[in-house]
Amino acid sequence: MTGPDAPDALRATGLGFRYRRRGGWALRDCEFTVPGGRVTALVGRNGAGKTTLLHLAGGLLRPGSGELRALDAVPGTSEARARVALLAQDKPLYPRFTVADTLLMGEKLNFSWDRTTAERTVREGGVPLHARVGELSPGRRTRVALALALGKRPELLLLDEPLADLDPVARGDIMAGLMAEAAERGTSIVLSSHVLPEIEETCDWVLVLRDGRVELSEDAYTVRESHAVLTGHADQADALATEHTVVQRRTAGRQLTALIRRHGPLHGAWHVERPRLEDILIGYLQDVEPRHPAPAERTEAAA
Amino acid sequence: MIDYRIDRGSGVPAYVQIVEQTERALRMGILKVGDKLPTAKQVVAATAINPNTVLRAYRDMEQAGLVELRRGLGTFVTRSLARPAAEDDAPLRRELTDWVARARTAGLERADVLALVTTALDTYDNEHVHEQDSRTPGDREPNKKKEEDV
Repeated sequence: MTGPDAPDALRATGLGFRYRRRGGWALRDCEFTVPGGRVTALVGRNGAGKTTLLHLAGGLLRPGSGELRALDAVPGTSEARARVALLAQDKPLYPRFTVADTLLMGEKLNFSWDRTTAERTVREGGVPLHARVGELSPGRRTRVALALALGKRPELLLLDEPLADLDPVARGDIMAGLMAEAAERGTSIVLSSHVLPEIEETCDWVLVLRDGRVELSEDAYTVRESHAVLTGHADQADALATEHTVVQRRTAGRQLTALIRRHGPLHGAWHVERPRLEDILIGYLQDVEPRHPAPAERTEAAA
Repeated sequence: MIDYRIDRGSGVPAYVQIVEQTERALRMGILKVGDKLPTAKQVVAATAINPNTVLRAYRDMEQAGLVELRRGLGTFVTRSLARPAAEDDAPLRRELTDWVARARTAGLERADVLALVTTALDTYDNEHVHEQDSRTPGDREPNKKKEEDV
């Protein structure tokens, strides 16, 4: 969608953050790159650090350690603010403003403003322009906040649980609108969501957080291709773990079911299935034991 | 023009679904040489799938020689998959319709019929391997998982 020169949407090196000086780390030692022009799913369980990461990227928070770049710019600077839009979960809007006032505010506060896109976004949701924001349903408030974000014509759009308040029809409409935006302008989108089936065909990059650390930051297609679900005799478990990364395993009597990341060809008698992206992500979110990647030389010997 | 419909529960990747639906439309004559495929934006606005998925499907079809990507203009059909022998009133189709009617009367279920056809095809192909000089996209087995590298 974008040329090779396009800046990375997000790039973190040694990124850490804690809300109180003596408190626990909300994010710790995060190293990852999200290329530009991607639609990224930010996935993690409650408290994994998704909102913290988006607030850091949007410039609402400053890193406690390390650094984070959004489109090569420092979040919060005027350069970054002009190109990055964040739709926060609590959608901070002035409740006494009308929808029209809110859009006018967007027009006055932003250097570049796309009135057509902003107005179309509220109109498609059937939101009356004269209504006060405080009196709107949560779903319609989301529409207004999204209109404000899209009106900026951002190069990077950060969305924290954007669909959570919406009914199924509106979810589909909003998602389709976002995809069209990405197709037309090459906008990079990072969205956090707990609704994994919605991610399946919309996101082409996945960023998985777990207890404040990055578990996975990778092309969604590569993730799908490199994982497999195996079913077979449990006595092959040890051999399997030496050659491949076992993400998740379940034993029932003599039967072993394992979600693995493959490193080279499979040996042994296994029934192999291709997991959906959703199954893989759940595997990473559920997993409790630390993973040991197969040693490189062993992988090469097996290949 | 063609409308793509993405079945999210099928387990078939969206780009494969787009390729298959295009091939089906070509085979049925719904799409003809010179027709323009919808733009990536049109497809994603209707289906809410990732735009790169659409581009990937189009690139795959270009490599298969079915379509051509013309910069700034769009994606156009360059090859038809329609077979005169498969049209509505063709003798082959009539014979098959009669055969299906007999199979049904004999009590065969859909799965039995499909299994018979597949077996007959496999048997024929295995006996005539050397005659298959070029594999066309339509000769691919639908929805078969790629496990040959396992």
